[in-house]
Amino acid sequence: MVGDLCAMDIVVCVKQIPDPADPGELDPETNTLKRDMKLIMDESDSYGVEMALQLRDAAGEGEVTLVSMAPHEEVNGLRSALAMGADKAILVSDEALAGTDALGTARVLAAAIGRAQADLILAATESSDGYTGTVPEQVAELLELPSVTFAKEIQAEGGEVVVKRQTEAGYDEVRCPMPAVVSVTAGVVEPRYPSFKGIMAAKSKPMDQVGIGDLGIGADQVGWAGGGQQITDVSPAPEREAGEIITDEGDAHERIIALLEELRIV
Amino acid sequence: MGTIWVFAEASGGKVASISLELLTRARELADTVEAVVGTDGEPLAAELGAHGATVVHATGDLGDGLAGPAVASAIAAALEGGAAPDAVLFGTTYDGRDVAGRLSVKLGAPVITNIVELEQANGSLVGTEPVFGGTVNVSTRFSGSGAGLFLVRPKSFAAEESGGAPAAVSALPVPDLGATGAARVVDRFAEESSGPKLDEAGVVVSGGRGLGEAGKYSMIEDLARLLRGAAGASRAIVDAGWVPYSHQVGQTGKVVKPDVYVACGISGATQHMVGMKGSKNIIAINKDAEAPIFGIADLGVVGDVHKVLPKLIEALQARS
Repeated sequence: MVGDLCAMDIVVCVKQIPDPADPGELDPETNTLKRDMKLIMDESDSYGVEMALQLRDAAGEGEVTLVSMAPHEEVNGLRSALAMGADKAILVSDEALAGTDALGTARVLAAAIGRAQADLILAATESSDGYTGTVPEQVAELLELPSVTFAKEIQAEGGEVVVKRQTEAGYDEVRCPMPAVVSVTAGVVEPRYPSFKGIMAAKSKPMDQVGIGDLGIGADQVGWAGGGQQITDVSPAPEREAGEIITDEGDAHERIIALLEELRIV
Repeated sequence: MGTIWVFAEASGGKVASISLELLTRARELADTVEAVVGTDGEPLAAELGAHGATVVHATGDLGDGLAGPAVASAIAAALEGGAAPDAVLFGTTYDGRDVAGRLSVKLGAPVITNIVELEQANGSLVGTEPVFGGTVNVSTRFSGSGAGLFLVRPKSFAAEESGGAPAAVSALPVPDLGATGAARVVDRFAEESSGPKLDEAGVVVSGGRGLGEAGKYSMIEDLARLLRGAAGASRAIVDAGWVPYSHQVGQTGKVVKPDVYVACGISGATQHMVGMKGSKNIIAINKDAEAPIFGIADLGVVGDVHKVLPKLIEALQARS
């Protein structure tokens, strides 16, 4: 709540992904997504970053720490979030992480978050490339914390978060004591664009790079080998064929109605 | 395959369609199908049984607690106590993902996610997930010991009754949750929605960036109403705050398979196409003749939605 002057330290999980404008590719060796190109901040994570900044500023005191995992020391996406106003970042980078699945990712993130002493941990509901949507809840379970997923609104109120959680019917109002994990949907807040000043400042913000060994995680717990699942087949999906294409000359609606009549919709 | 458990969800005393879909598929794959519910089992036993569940493991009413930690802990305790399903299926829903994620950590096993097809091969369950906007299918099996966890997308299977007797209710006690159970639901709000639900409607009319501004979304709602359908949206305009997340169609939103899908001002990002390419008929209206959506449309109209939609709405109004 605005005016609630109690320091709030927030961790935001940030994923750095290939630019969605570039088509993805599977590594033919492992059948996992290739991530050796330049990575950017997943747009889904910009909502969590913005939410964290607003909660920190409303509290009047506290720090926003980014936590990310990448196989090859990528910091480009983290710099974007630092430029928005986050205070510092922890990047877990290790060659052993290539091909790590959602549970392995959650183990790494949970261990890194454990170093940050956060009141609140924010994450997107799912990433825009892997979209498993299980990581926030897995992180919560690993840290033995309560959680609220699919938040469309978050307020902090005296040691608790009050969250509007998306449901099938509408939304639930959920109160949860901190520390807690909350996953946010797009639209929870409008992410700001980094200012020029922010972009310059981001270059000198602390970026703590650690390996999995520093977190006490063994190479056998991560990577594709640590996953406990096996890909049995990769094949092209059947294509859907294009039909009739017309150019509107002011009467296209008649053609649409004719089709709807044919289909007995009208 | 021996036994499959299905996490079944319900509201207002009715089992969710996704849960009925999972039960239907499960009974084709396994000798025994049992349901798990995070509420009282008795009121749901008949419907679950009629779709193939012989037993419903019920936690009882969770009060103001969330399903995620409670149901995951209850299932984990049951497995520790000797229950040995070969797989546990969850719908890709708000609560389904929570329960599966928590349970995954408790079992130290992965969740195989975004599944649209489940088959049996060499004695194990294989789930198929579409990637890259549905152009490539990846099939995955759980390689560890114990139960495989699968999160399945709604509408992947048709729900059909088996004519089975009501499921026998069995108590599934929830252990002490400690801090993980501390979140409390203090109020529930149902959003006003007239007309059919997005993922159950026979007609879905969706709008995208091509509408130009939030105010123009009313055209989508008007057309949906005239066709007795539901109004959907691309992720772009949900992210822009024009419409709530509940309208989103796509990989990160709802998967829809209506008889007719009308895409208005939607270019057809792969993330959107995955959510609607299973529609029986697709009509697309877009200014850009090169838009990918035309590649899958049965009827593509290269034109301005601001010109085509008002005429279409007017013509349909004149008929009704």
